Amino acid sequence: MVLETKELLLNMGPQHPSTHGVLRLLLYLEGETIVNSDPIIGYLHRGIEKLAEAKTYTQFIPITDRLDYIAAFPNNLAYVQTVEKLMSLEVPLRAQYIRVILTELNRIASHLVWLGTHAMDIGAITVFLYCFREREIILDLFEMVSGARMTVNFFRFGGVAADLPAEFYPKVKEFLDTFPAKIADYEALLTQNRIWLARTKNVAVISAEDGINWGLSGPNLRGSGIKWDIRKANPYAVYNKLDFEIPTGQMGDVYDRYMVRMEEMRQSTRIVHQALAQMPDGEIKGKVPKIIKPPAGEAYSCIESPKGELGFYIVSDGSEKPYRVKIRAPSFVNLEALPLMLKGGLIADVIAAIGSIDIVLGEVDR
Amino acid sequence: MVLVKIIIILGVILLVVAYLTYLERKVIAHLQVRIGPMRVGWHGLLQPIADGLKLLVKEDIIPEKADKWVFILSPIICLVPAFVVYAVIPFSQHFYLANINIGILYIISISALGVYGIVLAGWSSNSKYALLGGFRSAAQMISYEIFLGFSIIGPLMLAGSLNTLKIVEAQSGVWFIIYQPLAFALYLIAGIAETNRIPFDLPEAETELVAGFHTEYSGMKFAFFFLAEYANMMVVSSMAVILFLGGWKGPFLPGIVWFAIKVGAFLFLFIWLRGTLPRYRYDQLMRIGWKIMFPLCLLNIALTGIIYYLFL
Repeated sequence: MVLETKELLLNMGPQHPSTHGVLRLLLYLEGETIVNSDPIIGYLHRGIEKLAEAKTYTQFIPITDRLDYIAAFPNNLAYVQTVEKLMSLEVPLRAQYIRVILTELNRIASHLVWLGTHAMDIGAITVFLYCFREREIILDLFEMVSGARMTVNFFRFGGVAADLPAEFYPKVKEFLDTFPAKIADYEALLTQNRIWLARTKNVAVISAEDGINWGLSGPNLRGSGIKWDIRKANPYAVYNKLDFEIPTGQMGDVYDRYMVRMEEMRQSTRIVHQALAQMPDGEIKGKVPKIIKPPAGEAYSCIESPKGELGFYIVSDGSEKPYRVKIRAPSFVNLEALPLMLKGGLIADVIAAIGSIDIVLGEVDR
Repeated sequence: MVLVKIIIILGVILLVVAYLTYLERKVIAHLQVRIGPMRVGWHGLLQPIADGLKLLVKEDIIPEKADKWVFILSPIICLVPAFVVYAVIPFSQHFYLANINIGILYIISISALGVYGIVLAGWSSNSKYALLGGFRSAAQMISYEIFLGFSIIGPLMLAGSLNTLKIVEAQSGVWFIIYQPLAFALYLIAGIAETNRIPFDLPEAETELVAGFHTEYSGMKFAFFFLAEYANMMVVSSMAVILFLGGWKGPFLPGIVWFAIKVGAFLFLFIWLRGTLPRYRYDQLMRIGWKIMFPLCLLNIALTGIIYYLFL
């Protein structure tokens, strides 16, 4: 008698504890081994790019908060920076430093969410609550500055909305001084843990060549050993005045991506330290016309968001509203490489892989 | 008289199991810089009772496509053995239900039946996640049952009996954990795997399989699986205490208090592990079992045998 074997089609998501929002994955399984997989997106589509065409340039800033909703400052920055490029606006030095401080703090907050959820997916629930404890401090800082914890809407064309309040400085100093010890705590729970190593080493590997071919960016690409960081490669704001290192991995597996992000949190702490020390006094907003009407033309500019290369491509027809806004969302591009990483793995590896590419569906679907 | 004992034991076990869930939530909460349940009663002390009531009055859903009778039967298959094994556990020198010659064998064989409940639950739910959970538990629990059995042969050889009372009496001088440290470690790992606890909680791995074999269960049937899991944790702990830590023996305090303290220490360990460790992958779990645990079990048996033959 010949036993017939059949591929099992498993629908993972959009409601699933660890697909990080509303990602839906179709898994073609042989036992628990993945033969093929298909990410299906669009459950969080809000038509943000189209919305931009109906709003004035200024009105669109709060909507960028809702792209990658756990890292709103970088979204603000990428958009504002592109419009400034379009209008050739000057940004005062103090405003540039404020932008760097806030985006780097936001990078830490974003990486903390990533670490917490990633570790929880693999079963280490305690790390999740530790991460959120520290993230809470950062969100309090954001609230102090902008009045909102997540949807900050803080950067403006030619500067920022307000200066940093006086009580911000001691609080951020306190955070920066205690944070490296907290990172050591997380690492104590995970980095040398045999189970963590078994679950992450050689799992969901993507080679440097594949990484480039699939257009990966951010920590996902650096985990494969490519030293590409827009903060260094094409410095914006005041990153060329700051001293920091770009961590890279070698294997391109889940563990390397984990190590890269852990190190990035340390480097971000360094950056904020330096920026606070270097920040000059002065204006926080440059000379900006009352009505934002960029000359007809187009511009693209990108930043290194916590997830990778976040770019805005804006076409202006000379009116108050953009003709077209295209957002190059890093999560969207990174997600495309997921099926490649999953092939041949087990169901448990799917969870590890999704966690390690650190996607935010708000940005994927837009 | 026996009936009174049965009622006492069942009542106490049910209450302890209920408060074990409370303890777990509180301990994990404090490990994770939270405070845990606080609302129902003083420091949430009535929380388990509120949970029990909630589960009792919840809608009991049987999926349309499920195999109805098997679906209803499997939580019971899971729960009953978990409680029946308490019959031979000596809580103190004088407080036990049955004194049978094959006590340990009885515990192992009865608790093995519980696995069928889980496998059948996964199968009858007619859901892919539950099915995968059932597959995993079939592989995991059946193989770890073997290591569990092999790991306790060492202490059994020293005691020369399968009778739980005699095993404890044999530890009057020195606890078996001193003679059998390797067997103890192996037993503990197998025990954790046997009860589906982190780091071996693959059959119900929440972040992978939603809830594994009990994905489709709700209300009291779900509660049965839950009770069974916690009751099994206590069985595994009690067996560890009987086989390795001298059962009820200890100075000053009455036997039953010592027994409770020792079992409590094990239960705390279970909870502590859950607060600390990530989860193994399915293939890694099987590899550890067959390639590391199993040879070590055999080695332990051989060594115990040789030493026993030569020196005792």
